[in-house]
Amino acid sequence: MELFFNPFDNLLCILLGISFTVWFTLLLVFIIVPAIFGVSFGIRRLYMKTLLKVFEWATLRIERGAKEKNHHLYKPYSNGKVYLDSAPEFEMSDIFYFARRGVESIMDDEVTKRFSAEELESWNLLTRSNYNFHYISLRLTVLWGLGLLIRYGFLLPLRVTLAFTGVGLLVFLTSVIGLLPNGRMKNFLSEKVHLMCYRICVRALTAIITYHDSENKPKNGGLCVANHTSPIDVIILASDGCYAMVGQIHGGLMGVIQKSMVKACPHIWFERSEVKDRHLVAKRLSDHVEDKSKLPILIFPEGTCINNTSVMMFKKGSFEIGATVYPVAIKYDPRFGDAFWNSSKFGMVNYLLRMMSSWAIVCSVWYLPPMSREEGEDAVQFANRVKAAIARQGGLVDLLWDGGLKRAKVKDTFKEEQQKLYSKMLHNQSLN
Amino acid sequence: MGSSSSRLDRVPGAKDLMEETGFSETNILCLYDRFEVLDREERGYLRLEDFEAIQQLAVNPIGDRIIGAFVFPGRETLDFPSFVRVLAHFRPTDTTWSRSGSQPEPANSRTRKLRFAFSLYDQDGDGKISRAELTEMLQAMLGMQVTDEQLQSIVGRAIQEADLDRDGAISFDEFKKSVEKVDIDHKMSTRFLR
Repeated sequence: MELFFNPFDNLLCILLGISFTVWFTLLLVFIIVPAIFGVSFGIRRLYMKTLLKVFEWATLRIERGAKEKNHHLYKPYSNGKVYLDSAPEFEMSDIFYFARRGVESIMDDEVTKRFSAEELESWNLLTRSNYNFHYISLRLTVLWGLGLLIRYGFLLPLRVTLAFTGVGLLVFLTSVIGLLPNGRMKNFLSEKVHLMCYRICVRALTAIITYHDSENKPKNGGLCVANHTSPIDVIILASDGCYAMVGQIHGGLMGVIQKSMVKACPHIWFERSEVKDRHLVAKRLSDHVEDKSKLPILIFPEGTCINNTSVMMFKKGSFEIGATVYPVAIKYDPRFGDAFWNSSKFGMVNYLLRMMSSWAIVCSVWYLPPMSREEGEDAVQFANRVKAAIARQGGLVDLLWDGGLKRAKVKDTFKEEQQKLYSKMLHNQSLN
Repeated sequence: MGSSSSRLDRVPGAKDLMEETGFSETNILCLYDRFEVLDREERGYLRLEDFEAIQQLAVNPIGDRIIGAFVFPGRETLDFPSFVRVLAHFRPTDTTWSRSGSQPEPANSRTRKLRFAFSLYDQDGDGKISRAELTEMLQAMLGMQVTDEQLQSIVGRAIQEADLDRDGAISFDEFKKSVEKVDIDHKMSTRFLR
């Protein structure tokens, strides 16, 4: 009996050992080392292009399937085009389109947001985003199954490993750096360490980020303000520049990360009790900002919780302290993975797992030119101005809150767009 | 899904609503979650402002009409059962219901859907779509994109086609006739509540 097991055991061990070594070497060479130095092999972009081709093929199959069965397809990413049945001239039934969209947005804002993103009308092989389930042929199902296998069997473990590596390194290295005396060396090292760990985390999510206008990157003594769509925003921004974070101290793993980060460079963490004290918060922020040697503060003025159903007013507190504001707009591409976090439905861990089992997260970051509060402008107006600039760049809807009446007035430009699209349909025949 | 029966307990009157409107358990739970999200100040009912805060609705050219027709004919607040009842209009049509049966007409029947659409046009509720009301509707949908003459011409043509008894206004039956070829079920049903 023993004789039988031993060589088999040995072989198994050897195989396991080899595969682990290979795995880690590949990981190191292709992912971690580039992360440290901030270079890229371009693997992710190639991956993205391949995926797009596959998605297009999948969509064509679905469309063909639907035509054969003579059904209507629900097109998720239509850009707000009005689908009028017959010749383009006004019919009493045209109102149905707007009515339905209106009611759908009452039912669920974020789904209609996905439905009106102006991208390819294609299915990205994630059943989460497919509403045309019944039109899938055998070949597509096989492809979907393959996709599932790749995502959960290969990508997910890879990404989880990377995530643990990134976070672990962050905690370890920042604690080590914290032992050094304050000075230029410490700042330099802390910068490098932070960047490296965030880059590893970016690869852990397979995030493909395009940065625009990097000449406007936030500088020391300033305030970086961005729109908040998902918890990943922090990682996306922090992998391209060094920021001082602001937030509440949490317990558990988050707390450990926060405490070690602050050893290496000054972040602003508040105790739960301090958060309510607005003056204290404002004082700490302005103290930090005045010290030009400290990093720019990263703030999401909509608030720390992600609320996808409405654009919240930018909290004016951050705009009162009188620093230069560097607005940043972040926009996610929904084709590859849905980055929106419905905090009422999914917890954080669930959300991260979903993110890590999507194909990729593709987003664009625009650094907008710096803004300062002008003469005679109060904090609220300044906040609204910044919000408008970010919304315009990112193509997001900007709701203006009329403070006194607590009513939201919509900028007419967005309504106009809908009207334009509709009138284009009608204008195809001569009107006189 | 085994735990959803206990979750259903948090929703008041869920079983009756399910029977009345035909929504499934999951639907009711989803709608309840949505109701709670919209009711940001946790009042237990919804008001005009809560609807006006919905982004996508605010950019809809007929957004305020929908809020008006949907929510507030004659009342200022909307509790959860009323919320569900109105949304029931937009469920896909049940193929099993027939007009001659003994059950009362469900909210999502073709006729009820058409009534809802009609009420969007007929702002003063007199049962007829007057020329003025049609003009107002087209004005909302087109805004500055057409001239006044073009607008009048569209309105004129639409009334001419739909107004069969030549009384200058479109009654509900005339409206029904004008959309009889349209696939109401597809156009006036939401895509994600089944």
